[in-house]
Amino acid sequence: MSTPTGTPRKQIILGAYLGGVNHHTLWHLPESGSQIDFSTFEHTARTAERGRFDFFFLAEGLALRERDGQVFDQDIVGRPDTFTVLASLAAVTEHLGLAATINATFNEPYELARQIVSLDHLSGGRAAWNVVTSFDAFTGANFRRGGFLDRSQRYERAAETIEVVRSLWDSWAAEDLVIDKEAGVFSRSGAGSFAHAGPQFDVGGWFGVPRAPQGHPVILQAGVSPQGRDFAAANSDAIFSPYGRFDEARAYYQDVKARAAGFGRDPDHLKILPSASFVLGATEKEAQDKARWVREEQVTGRTAQILLEQIWNRDLSAYDPDGPLPDVEPALDAPSFIAGRALTHADRPATVARLRAQAEANGWSLRQTAVEEFTRGSFVGTPTRVADALDDFVQDDGSDGFVIGSYLVPTGLDEFVDDVVPLLQERGSLRTEYTGTTLRDNLGLPTPARAGDAAVARAV
Amino acid sequence: MTTDGSLTAPQDPAHDPADDPAREPAAGHDQAPASTPIVAVALDGAGWHPAAWREPGARPEALTDAAYWVGLTQLAEAGLVDLVTFEDSFGIPVGPWDDPAADRTDRVRVRLDAELVAARVAPTTRHVGLVPVVTVTHTEPFHVAKALATLDHTSRGRAGWQVRASPSGTEARLTGRRDLPEITQEDYTSGRADEQVAERFAEAAAVVDAVRALWDSWEDDAEIRDVATRRFIDRDKVHRVDVETPWFSVRGPSITPRPPQGQPVVTALAHATVPYELAARSADVVFVTPQDDATAASILAEVRAAEERVGRTGEPLRVVADLAVVLDTNGRAGAERLARLDARAGSAAGSGWVTDARVLAGSAADVADVVEAWTALGYDGVRLRPAVLPDDLEALVTDVLPELRRRGLARTAYDAGSLRGLLRLPTDVPSRFAVV
Ligand SMILES: Cc1cc2nc3c(=O)[nH]c(=O)nc-3n(C[C@H](O)[C@H](O)[C@H](O)COP(=O)(O)O)c2cc1C
Repeated sequence: MSTPTGTPRKQIILGAYLGGVNHHTLWHLPESGSQIDFSTFEHTARTAERGRFDFFFLAEGLALRERDGQVFDQDIVGRPDTFTVLASLAAVTEHLGLAATINATFNEPYELARQIVSLDHLSGGRAAWNVVTSFDAFTGANFRRGGFLDRSQRYERAAETIEVVRSLWDSWAAEDLVIDKEAGVFSRSGAGSFAHAGPQFDVGGWFGVPRAPQGHPVILQAGVSPQGRDFAAANSDAIFSPYGRFDEARAYYQDVKARAAGFGRDPDHLKILPSASFVLGATEKEAQDKARWVREEQVTGRTAQILLEQIWNRDLSAYDPDGPLPDVEPALDAPSFIAGRALTHADRPATVARLRAQAEANGWSLRQTAVEEFTRGSFVGTPTRVADALDDFVQDDGSDGFVIGSYLVPTGLDEFVDDVVPLLQERGSLRTEYTGTTLRDNLGLPTPARAGDAAVARAV
Repeated sequence: MTTDGSLTAPQDPAHDPADDPAREPAAGHDQAPASTPIVAVALDGAGWHPAAWREPGARPEALTDAAYWVGLTQLAEAGLVDLVTFEDSFGIPVGPWDDPAADRTDRVRVRLDAELVAARVAPTTRHVGLVPVVTVTHTEPFHVAKALATLDHTSRGRAGWQVRASPSGTEARLTGRRDLPEITQEDYTSGRADEQVAERFAEAAAVVDAVRALWDSWEDDAEIRDVATRRFIDRDKVHRVDVETPWFSVRGPSITPRPPQGQPVVTALAHATVPYELAARSADVVFVTPQDDATAASILAEVRAAEERVGRTGEPLRVVADLAVVLDTNGRAGAERLARLDARAGSAAGSGWVTDARVLAGSAADVADVVEAWTALGYDGVRLRPAVLPDDLEALVTDVLPELRRRGLARTAYDAGSLRGLLRLPTDVPSRFAVV
């Protein structure tokens, strides 16, 4: 163990991630269940709560992905409305945080602020908002504002969105709710009034939801560009990161924590949570074999072509999945061949060059290359080995915890909770009982102070 | 009431999901025995009377607690009502013609998002329809469609929607997306606002069309899970909607698979010709507000005429009359309770509580008489608006519904697995995109 005895262990933060639209879920296995029925969400959330997870997490994508103008049909397709599912989950869980990935580009701050704080009230202080900033015109075609934002503008809009949302949350002080039946005073004069004028939004009026149980619901962020890192370091309580390999994870951890300090924040109040998956086995060999099988199942030949089409931005269906990587260059100026992906490959030629070098060095086929590129980040081994690896990762400051998903919906997390969680608890790295009542409490995050009356402009 | 302040229902709906009859696929052929009038309950804040929150039994501090809404909905379900509606507005709650910008400290000023309240309540109930008000003037049709489709999934076929067009410039300021002039009661009644009103309702109709198209954008059997070809969906069964209107466009398809009911139940509250036409064109159920038997008859005729004008085919619009009730309860006459409420609300002397619906202060028998009379006129049912919560809802469940049942005017059991089934609407609703 890497931590010297005597030092209290860092407590591992755990989020449970139910795969939405993705190629990771092995939907063709007989034990794989519905992706949309409420029982699926209920099972996963209850399992996470049994394992004393901090929160349940849903991703978002506001348009069905398309390839060359046609909906993908090989992967899991279709997902519910996030807020609605989470509000229903609040009825069947007691402690679990409920984290909604909601785009700052395709939502209006007033409505967003109201939905999130409603969820916070309805769950007794368990709401979190994962702010994402995907921005493409393809998705924009589903919305009133239509169109899209320039890539460089999306964090400007996101930052101003958060500013407005926070001022709405702060438009009520706890003591504004007077409720004096005899005197007939429901609320203080001015409670809920707000006004904001900025480059993106010119809004004002009255906000009808009193102060959230958490003061401010928890803010998460997912994004990795320098602009995204600054945005997260300045604004968020936690980051959902894609960095699952220890070295890159630790570098990222140090980078964003330093940025947080640069914004005058306690770096401890910004939690870094990479996405992670796991495969367990009774023996090391069994686990490795199974993990290999899972990855091969996830990336069929057809899926491999499509995944690489995201990078090449052109039709690769003619290339043999078991043959070499395409010898053509990526299409840089063509319209998106694959539309609706949340993650975009900004530097296509560099990515292609990297993949070619790797494929050549390892003798990988097109499909093997896709497997390596798109299915990493797993913790594989016996429960003891996985528990050790997860714990060491956190104790050595690779992260503050993980957002964990499984290749099997909805029962995939059961194994983790039954076999790995007790080992983490034995090590003293994971709570055995919930200690706080709100998600903020459980995450060890302070409640933000309410902006004073001076900072919250009054509309009257 | 329990110590945590929640209301307890006479029957415990906690259940093992495995033996839940509501889990049966909603689409299908529900047996429809002799049908009784629709009985709905409209929930709003501490009750519909502006002074409701000051009543001894009211719990205004609990309006943002899940337990409050769970308790009320379970109580309504114990009374075997067909559906509950959850009131909402885009801004703060205000009375029908109160100034939405006024800084009033004597009224309930808080309200949670109704769609989320319905979602929170869904797993704690199993039969009653859940119908949140969702505003269409400032929201995104795409978000509205997937939210209500998802409510239908989480409630297993019990979702509905009360469409609300926003009349208020004050509400438009909340998003700042566009300027809309304020419409006052005077503008409205004098006809000065006719063009504005027509425009907002035209937009509302367009939103409903878009939402309905998005609900259809996945055919029922789009998910095929064909292991041999590794195709999860049949992409020929997932469709763009390509809706173009003067106010918005939506490409589609929805990201959410088709809801269990296919088309969740669409309702609207309407007081005049333009909204009657919206309902006739777009809704399954319209809530109207007759003041007496004479207006009840004329409104019904107007609604039927609106249906003809817009060329409605298929299922006739279900017409449901709203009735605000202040009931004889806790040993006090309804009239006496109403007088106390009015005095507390500080209404101009003698004017009493004037709201858009008829106010009935009286006994269970009085309510049953009205239901009987209006049903005889051809109404499909009644939506009762409790003046005070929980008092008038408790009286509804313990006195009014039994009285209605005694007269054969309310259901004796939940006999369908979906809201459409409860309302005797067709439960087999093919997607418009399905090729037969
Ligand atoms: C781990 C991770 C998860 C993400 N999940 C989502 C998501 O669920 N929905 C979405 O629209 N975007 C998602 N994104 C995309 C980000 O919001 C953002 O648009 C993208 O990372 C590009 O921003 P960047 O340039 O700052 O990295 C995710 C990004 C990361 C790194």
